[in-house]
Amino acid sequence: MMSKAPFEIPANATTGLEARGLSFAYKRGTPVVNNVVNNVTLAARPGTMTALIGSNGSGKSTLIRMLAGLLQPQSGSILLGGVPFETWSARLRAREIAYVPQSTATAFPFPVLDIVLSGRTPHTLRFRLESAQDREIAMEALAAAGAAHLATRSFTSLSGGERQMVILARALAQEPKLLLLDEPSSSLDLTHRATLIRTLVRLRQTKRLGVIMVTHDLQLTGAFDQIVALRCGEVVATGSPDQVLRDEFLRDIYGDSNVRSQRAENQVFVWVDL
Amino acid sequence: MTATPMATPHTGARLARALVILTGILFVSIAIGLAVGSQHIDFASLATDALSNTLFFRLRLPRVLLGLVIGASLAVTGGALQALFRNPLADPYTLGVSGGGALGASIAIAFGWSARVGGVPLLFAASFAGAMLAVTVVRIISRTGATVLPGALLLSGIAVNLIAAAAVLTIEYLTDASSALRILRWLTGSLDVVGLAPIGRMMIVLAPAWVALLAFSRQLNLLAMDEDTAATLGVNVRRCEMIVHTLCALIVGVTVSVGGAIGFVGLIVPHVVRMMFGEDLRIVLPGSLLLGAAFLILADALARTALPSGELPVGAVTGLLGGPVFLWLLRRRQQYSAM
Repeated sequence: MMSKAPFEIPANATTGLEARGLSFAYKRGTPVVNNVVNNVTLAARPGTMTALIGSNGSGKSTLIRMLAGLLQPQSGSILLGGVPFETWSARLRAREIAYVPQSTATAFPFPVLDIVLSGRTPHTLRFRLESAQDREIAMEALAAAGAAHLATRSFTSLSGGERQMVILARALAQEPKLLLLDEPSSSLDLTHRATLIRTLVRLRQTKRLGVIMVTHDLQLTGAFDQIVALRCGEVVATGSPDQVLRDEFLRDIYGDSNVRSQRAENQVFVWVDL
Repeated sequence: MTATPMATPHTGARLARALVILTGILFVSIAIGLAVGSQHIDFASLATDALSNTLFFRLRLPRVLLGLVIGASLAVTGGALQALFRNPLADPYTLGVSGGGALGASIAIAFGWSARVGGVPLLFAASFAGAMLAVTVVRIISRTGATVLPGALLLSGIAVNLIAAAAVLTIEYLTDASSALRILRWLTGSLDVVGLAPIGRMMIVLAPAWVALLAFSRQLNLLAMDEDTAATLGVNVRRCEMIVHTLCALIVGVTVSVGGAIGFVGLIVPHVVRMMFGEDLRIVLPGSLLLGAAFLILADALARTALPSGELPVGAVTGLLGGPVFLWLLRRRQQYSAM
């Protein structure tokens, strides 16, 4: 693939990331024949937090992997700063978008600090090693992710939740304008879930960080600006948490008539009657 | 936890330290390699004594240099393949790349392709083609969708090696039934060489290939961590994989066509460098180049002097050392999370 010349995005650009009519089907190796993601259109503007919700298999992960550039949509287009995804060089795109996968395993026992420092790659020249400033940024990112105490550990010795915090720190060290997270809270304890959301909210305020987060943890979505709900690969609801987190929508999204929700102290609690 | 990570040296400092220490080790091993052997060389009268002179410049020195070149080549490709496949057990030998190269080379020799193009023997091209075919087959078989299955990777490597060895055996018997020694040389590896010219021809190809492979250290470091993250950090994963594959097949092909399939150098050396200087591929790859050279020179010095009755092929020594290391890594692998 050719690297295209770098171009500046106007400072006042409000476009962020836009997906138009995205569809995707896995061809081989999976029994799924239909589109896993079907004609999805969404926009994530700078400084806004978007939650992607939906039941298991609704296409959330596939969608976010397309937005991260890891899967090619079969149809539709993705625009970043108003420019088609394919036009961006991989390196420049990596300065704009960071991605935190559901889980990460490394075959080799890399030190945590090295993993976080690798987030600086898109900002360093190819044959340059990281600078002292890069190390400071990496340490700050570790602290922001609540994982400063893990810096000297080996990545392979960490628990799933600790790894998740380290990978979040790497994504923060990347200093992206848009952060994509795929169920980051699933293996985090209560405190670290709160740390995660507080960090995202703070970066939204201070750096106009945009966030797209796949989650099953609806309580966390209260702090978000926008919720996009998927069902069978299609968007079935888009709106603010107040608009979407209602019994009638939730029952449709999850296909379960026993879903209930309640609002209290600016938070939404959702549960299913057993 | 009180340890301050800022106290751990920067990558640059670690790299410099690794290069200094390993270069020192390499020089010591060269001195040992030149000093020992089954024939006595009188170093004081190298300039005057014709026999010592011939022994040294036609046999001993070329042999040490060939060990340097082949050891460096196998170790650096081992480090690169381990990162590329995210598998600590990968190396040119276990993945069948050496076997494929040996097959290509023995076909070229059976057909009498002795021509050279620009100083580079056609033999190298045949050996490269065999190595490339092997790595391609292993890769296609072990990859399902986006992931490489570590078990399938090693098993297909072993199968490719066995097939290639059987084919080499068949070719050698068809062409010359008395060539048991040559067969041994292909399948076990040996550093027998006369004069410096063959090493010069190898370096025409190897020097640029080494540099090119080292230039991918950073990408390989990210790939060793995780393929998806490497992609989202700006690595063009497909292109990087293709280039590294090709470079590894080229380097291994050239070394195998001269020294045969010497086993396990590419497995042991990168792990020793990791234990000494950490996981960073930007240190492991240049470090493996230096330590691999030292290792094979020393292994060959041992092969030349261990038995009173005569010389062992160096591949027997590396196999005896490397096989147990492979088994130990296999056992230890349970602590690696990805497998």
